[in-house]
Amino acid sequence: MEILILEGTPKTPTIEFKPGEGYLLLRGRSIPENSIEFYKPLIEGLDAYNSNPQSKTTVDIQLEYFNTSSSKCVLDVLKKLEAINGNSEVIINWYYEEDDEDMLEAGEDYQAIINVPFKMIEVEE
Amino acid sequence: MENIHDFYTKMEEGNIMLSFKGEVTSDLLTSILQIMESKMDTLEEPPVVKKKVYNILVECLQNLYHHLESDDLTTPINEKSALFMIKKQNDEYSIMTGNYMVKDNVEPMKKRLDTINAMDSLQLKTYYKEVLNNGEMSSKGGGGLGMIDIARKSGKKLEYRFDNVDDKLTFFSLNVKVAQNKNKEEKEEKVK
Repeated sequence: MEILILEGTPKTPTIEFKPGEGYLLLRGRSIPENSIEFYKPLIEGLDAYNSNPQSKTTVDIQLEYFNTSSSKCVLDVLKKLEAINGNSEVIINWYYEEDDEDMLEAGEDYQAIINVPFKMIEVEE
Repeated sequence: MENIHDFYTKMEEGNIMLSFKGEVTSDLLTSILQIMESKMDTLEEPPVVKKKVYNILVECLQNLYHHLESDDLTTPINEKSALFMIKKQNDEYSIMTGNYMVKDNVEPMKKRLDTINAMDSLQLKTYYKEVLNNGEMSSKGGGGLGMIDIARKSGKKLEYRFDNVDDKLTFFSLNVKVAQNKNKEEKEEKVK
């Protein structure tokens, strides 16, 4: 399975998807005007991964900002992970900066929709 | 010659930090966000305020961007341009936008804003999750979440008005205020 690495830009996050290690990282800002296009390769990668996943899948989500158009795509990513969770033990770590109530709340909003436990991790600014 | 000093005084008195009138492009959006970010760094705004203002800026600017993009191509260029201003007064940020809108869109927009304004923070949270999970995604990825998110992050009611232009067009003005300290106690009270 193919590794997907995307370097972060001022408008898009760093993505590291390493199927061989069962690891996914989303880090930085996600504020592109067209988020569907940006997230498409990751969504497709996760679909492919689900046919033969590792026994354990670790996901680190460390977003600083995301726009509402990305929030739908992040939900799509999480729904793929929810599906994978039947075939692999999925661990989702949701990072938020100290005092960033909005990002903590965003994580809680997703947690209420997705049937995979989140680990909320506070990091220093 | 036009009196530039008058413009200057008006902006100074209005505490305008940044203003732009014209067509909103993707590159412009990136530049405005960078400028505002460095301005807020210079002002040493607390990270919480910076993030809220930045988030609301992104949504407001992208609303303008998508609005203008979706407009039909026959729209004259002056009707495609928008106004964007950021004001800071007494520690309160205001993000103001203005754009032309075809009359047919006025009622749905008004209804949406009134619905959002009638909700408290908990109702907005529920509404957001509902639209996030069930709402149809537009081809641009908007999906109607923008205004709800703006209201949630702002912590204040959205101020708006529509000014009649001609039989086809209306000018839509939106003023989003960013509460410096979201009232935590009030929020916790409601959770109980």
